[in-house]
Amino acid sequence: MSSAEFSRRAFLQTTAAGTAGLALSMAGATRAFAADLTVGIVYVGARDDFGWNQAHAVAAAALKLVPGVKVVEEENVPETDACAKTMESMINLDGAGLILATSFGYYTPFVVDMAKKYPKVEFRHAAPLWNKDKDPINAGSYFGYLNQGHYVDGVAAGLSTTSNKLGFVAAKPIASVLSNINSFMLGARKVNPKASVQVIFTGDWSMPVREAEAASALVDAGCDVITCHVDSPKVVIETAEKRGVKTCGHNASQAPLAPKGFITGAEYKWETIYKGYAADLAAGKKLPNFTAGGIESDMVQNTPFGAGATPAAITAATAAIADLKAKKPIYVGPLKDNKTGKVVIDKTYDNLDPFLDQMNYLLEGVVGSIT
Amino acid sequence: MSTGSPAAGDLSDVAAAVKPPTAPAAGSDFALRLRANSEYVAIPAFALLMAALLFAVFLLAIGKSPIDFVDYVWRGGFGTAFSFQNTLQRSSPLILTALAVAIPARIGLIMIGAEGALVLGGFAAAAIAVPMVGFAPPIVTMPVMVLTAVVVGGVWVGIAGYLRYARGVNETISSLLLTYIGIAIMNFFVEGMMRDASNPNKPSTKPIGDAYMVGKIPGTDVHWGFAVGVLLSIALYFLMTRTTFGFAARVTGGNFRAALAQGLPVGKLIVSCAMIAGGCAGLAGFFEVAAIQGRANASLAAGYGFTGILVSFLARHNPLVVVPIAILFGGLVASGGLIQRRMELPDATVLVLQGLIFVVLLTSETLYGRFAIFNPKKGTDRT
Repeated sequence: MSSAEFSRRAFLQTTAAGTAGLALSMAGATRAFAADLTVGIVYVGARDDFGWNQAHAVAAAALKLVPGVKVVEEENVPETDACAKTMESMINLDGAGLILATSFGYYTPFVVDMAKKYPKVEFRHAAPLWNKDKDPINAGSYFGYLNQGHYVDGVAAGLSTTSNKLGFVAAKPIASVLSNINSFMLGARKVNPKASVQVIFTGDWSMPVREAEAASALVDAGCDVITCHVDSPKVVIETAEKRGVKTCGHNASQAPLAPKGFITGAEYKWETIYKGYAADLAAGKKLPNFTAGGIESDMVQNTPFGAGATPAAITAATAAIADLKAKKPIYVGPLKDNKTGKVVIDKTYDNLDPFLDQMNYLLEGVVGSIT
Repeated sequence: MSTGSPAAGDLSDVAAAVKPPTAPAAGSDFALRLRANSEYVAIPAFALLMAALLFAVFLLAIGKSPIDFVDYVWRGGFGTAFSFQNTLQRSSPLILTALAVAIPARIGLIMIGAEGALVLGGFAAAAIAVPMVGFAPPIVTMPVMVLTAVVVGGVWVGIAGYLRYARGVNETISSLLLTYIGIAIMNFFVEGMMRDASNPNKPSTKPIGDAYMVGKIPGTDVHWGFAVGVLLSIALYFLMTRTTFGFAARVTGGNFRAALAQGLPVGKLIVSCAMIAGGCAGLAGFFEVAAIQGRANASLAAGYGFTGILVSFLARHNPLVVVPIAILFGGLVASGGLIQRRMELPDATVLVLQGLIFVVLLTSETLYGRFAIFNPKKGTDRT
């Protein structure tokens, strides 16, 4: 189309022709469609950030090896209309049939709007936000319960510490972060009742300077194992390694950053979900709208043990992984918060229970405040 | 203001001394003016070409085809109806934030605080709209939002202007620092008392709702912010070149002490220009909230205010030229995604190109007045 024909009608015609063509090829032969499924993946940061984005990029690389699947990727896409335009560009210019939007803030309004505008394209977003009553049927959510990985980290850390003080550098006091901190503490307390977790919030997802200061401050306060929940754990892990303390990772593998002190880390395994989507589309099946799980469904894993893990820690953490695979609960109630001593978790909850998604407290055993 | 105005007749010497580049030479005929003005087209065009050549060398050095690159920029940014609308939409906030740099630049101030005014303006618009949603109709709510955004943005940058005039505080530093304070204020409220409790994972204000959103320009996929930006560029061009206010502002920018000596209200001029600038950025914030996000949150600080600095400098702080430059940048950013996807180049590639354009264009500033072809009668038409 030349730029002279710049009208809504021409635009709609092209779009209609394109979607009709796509629909035809879908209806005509499932195999033909499967053979040229294009998956568009949108990242909010750099793909090699040693963190959230890298975890997705590792899965994208695995997806590329699936025959008949083409992957197009775009990094550093902000949570503004830029992400809507990127998704649209992937659909219009690359022919993407499945969009994976990996950053939290992409969902409302951008993924929802695009799903309404392009009903033939499937959209999946990496956070548990899809609402079956409100949101388009061609949109959906996928999510990993990373707190299970942090629980295993906690078990390993609890037996690798000598000071019984563990440090946690966290971004914002939101539900998923709080669950990771609480799970880390519960894991540590399970094997070492004397252990406590000290937390420092930096206030934002990516604040390298403050993250380094926080890690250093925790070491000064006597913590000898440091972990974190920030977008890119690189700075925290490197700082801790430099200060000579042990570390647990977050999001992706940080093992190469800490050859001396790395214990293990909580990692997403998005590959399981992405390959599942590709297989469903290849088989002509409707994609699930909601996919979530943890270690029990191979959506979360732990980084192989590093030099910082003691033999006892390795044994206990391996057992903890087996427990989680058997769906043994992490949150065994009643549990109290760390501020008022009030019971906030009244009973034992299943690991994927939605009640835990609403967490807005730190449990007893964590030193720190969310306000 | 090429011929001077009667009201400011005494100032004609000063005016001539500080004549901005776009003003045609006084008293010359059309052909001479055309020749003189063509310098301002030819040199930037040459600079863009040089930047493109340098970038081609860069691409060849990393083993990629410059021809593919041009093809993808065209296809991703301009070549299809979708791409071009994508470009226009991306240029909309840049037009407004570039104006926020261009206007103070005319009075000799380098203000780089558009980001803060955008964030606070957008936040204020959302904050005032949220309690009005439900009982006040959109027709009432929207003007209130616009006004709030413009006033809050204006006051924010106005502070930097006032500090400059009254206390001699460097406006570049103060406007930049005010940006960080502005973002912190927004975060404070959005994460605190104004937080939407139903959204536990991304601190935001409550949504303003679809009925209160600004729509698209009919027949396009581009929101109204673009049209408003273009109209505002034209209006501000006239304000700065065809009115007494603009003339006085430029005199002040050219020679502060001369302006004082002439009795111009320098303080008012400086604060006004700063407030106009902040108003433009606040308006950009309004459109980010009312046309795109539907609520205020940390995504407002997306860096438009900082890209606007680049756009304004490349446009030589001319409000009219801001529009095409913003579209050029919008197109580069819009096509950046396609380039990443097809050529497997990192996201930073487009930044390399932007940087090259910036450096080459700034260097080309030294070429002005060096070519006889643009100055047919030296000494007579250029005072």
